[in-house]
Amino acid sequence: MTDRHPVLRISKVGKTFDTRSGSFEALRDVALTIHEGEFVSIIGHSGCGKSTLLNLVAGLETATLGGIFLDGILVDGPGPERAVVFQNHSLLPWLTVYGNVRLAVDKVFAGRKSPAERDDWTREMLDLVNMAHAADKRPSEISGGMKQRVGIARALAMEPKVLLLDEPFGALDALTRAQLQDSVMEIHARLGNTVVMITHDVDEAVLLSDRIVMMSNGPAAGIGEIHDVALPRPRRRLELGENTDYLAARSAVMRFLTRNRTDKVA
Amino acid sequence: MNSAVLSIVEPEKGLDMAASNTAPVPSPQLREPEAARERTPFETLLRAVLLPAITFGLVLLGWTIMQAAFVPAFPDVPAVWNKAVEIFSDPFYVYGPNDMGIAWQVMYSLGRVLGGFLLAVAVGIPVGFLIGSNKTFEQAWLPLIAILRPVSPLAWLPIGLLIFRAVDPSAIFVIFITSIWPIILNTAAGVKAIPQDYLNVARVLNFNRREMVAKIYVPATLPYMLTGMQLSLGTAWMVIVAAEMLTGGIGIGFYIWDEWNNLSVPSIIVAIIIIGCVGIMLEAGMGFVRRRYDYTSKKE
Repeated sequence: MTDRHPVLRISKVGKTFDTRSGSFEALRDVALTIHEGEFVSIIGHSGCGKSTLLNLVAGLETATLGGIFLDGILVDGPGPERAVVFQNHSLLPWLTVYGNVRLAVDKVFAGRKSPAERDDWTREMLDLVNMAHAADKRPSEISGGMKQRVGIARALAMEPKVLLLDEPFGALDALTRAQLQDSVMEIHARLGNTVVMITHDVDEAVLLSDRIVMMSNGPAAGIGEIHDVALPRPRRRLELGENTDYLAARSAVMRFLTRNRTDKVA
Repeated sequence: MNSAVLSIVEPEKGLDMAASNTAPVPSPQLREPEAARERTPFETLLRAVLLPAITFGLVLLGWTIMQAAFVPAFPDVPAVWNKAVEIFSDPFYVYGPNDMGIAWQVMYSLGRVLGGFLLAVAVGIPVGFLIGSNKTFEQAWLPLIAILRPVSPLAWLPIGLLIFRAVDPSAIFVIFITSIWPIILNTAAGVKAIPQDYLNVARVLNFNRREMVAKIYVPATLPYMLTGMQLSLGTAWMVIVAAEMLTGGIGIGFYIWDEWNNLSVPSIIVAIIIIGCVGIMLEAGMGFVRRRYDYTSKKE
């Protein structure tokens, strides 16, 4: 895995927020390199700054110290090459499912694809997430899981170099979540995207990731440990229950999170 | 005609929005308490026709009794009916600049309302956008709006006459003043209510300022704008009657005043009913447009 091309480099990043009650250092000295095709999860307790880290990578916020490099170029704002799937789907309610994806396609491929090609691409993406049947529905007419599928289609349609998932399944019920996790694994296997996912679900992190980045608690949070998940792909959730590698990864993450919690209290 | 127009719920919901500058939260439609059993479509229709018919019948009965027993000066029902037949038998006559059929009277009034209303839309929506999106602008302008908004638009009529020295532009000016506040305030509230999520989507897509306005700000704010416009239009139609009474000339408002001077009370009652019907149509038209673009309540 490490011999692959490093797509994303997070270099000594720190983030301090100016709040009304003084400044708050959310992140300190975060360094991480993510390689092409890798699926990396970032896990930690709530308030550990993992979402801040994702926002920095997305360019929605700016690092106070250090820098983030995509293919060697400093990130200085948001852009479609770092597409985000937001936690609460963020579909535009006045557009149809198709319209939401097409909006992104039209912007990203303006001048590069003809309208007919953009239409094809939009439908292909909807097909990829199994939402082609609801192309003409509005977001208010489909379920939460379906909305998130469309959100994923919209992000994938931008052909991002890195796909950023911000707790994408957090708001879904367990069954829907499992379905979507399987879909994401399938898509990742098929397209080989580089993915960074924020999560607080240990099983989700182990099931989906090649590497799990565990973050220490804030303030001044940083990377505590990194665990490589050696499980072969394709992974099937039913077969993993007794797999020793799976259990080892799971308990490593659990141990880290528990220790961090008790450290904090003591 | 859509029966929702005749329900009490929507106008009240609208008035709430006008009364406060807080962001109107699209609430689920209020429903009647559920009936014990489902009504058939025929029963529903029957109720929709029969119940109002009973009310109208009671009003006519009360009117007849009152007229016969207490106020003989008031016209009775047949007198008004005959007047209505007379008025509607030739609504388009023109006997001179100050003597025209009822249809012309209504159309002149509608023309003024439309003129003032469209002007208010043209000015109010950009101003609403500025106030909603720019904190400095909001702080600078909101106090002025707060002072002017509760003033009866008719108070502006003398100023209109002073500026324009003509009746028509002054009436249009009054309608403009009437219409502009709800449009500004609702548009501003709509802009403020745009979730950060939508803006983040736009930022990830690297939308420029123009795309931001055209693809996020305007569609997201549209239901609020249309709510403001619906409120404005309803109020404008009420105000024009009073304004025309003061300005004279031609128009349904002056028609009523003129008939009062002629002591033709039946004509006044007919005019009141016409004003009500035109008001319903304006409300229904604007309500139809609003619902057409209201993504917040589009659930099937």
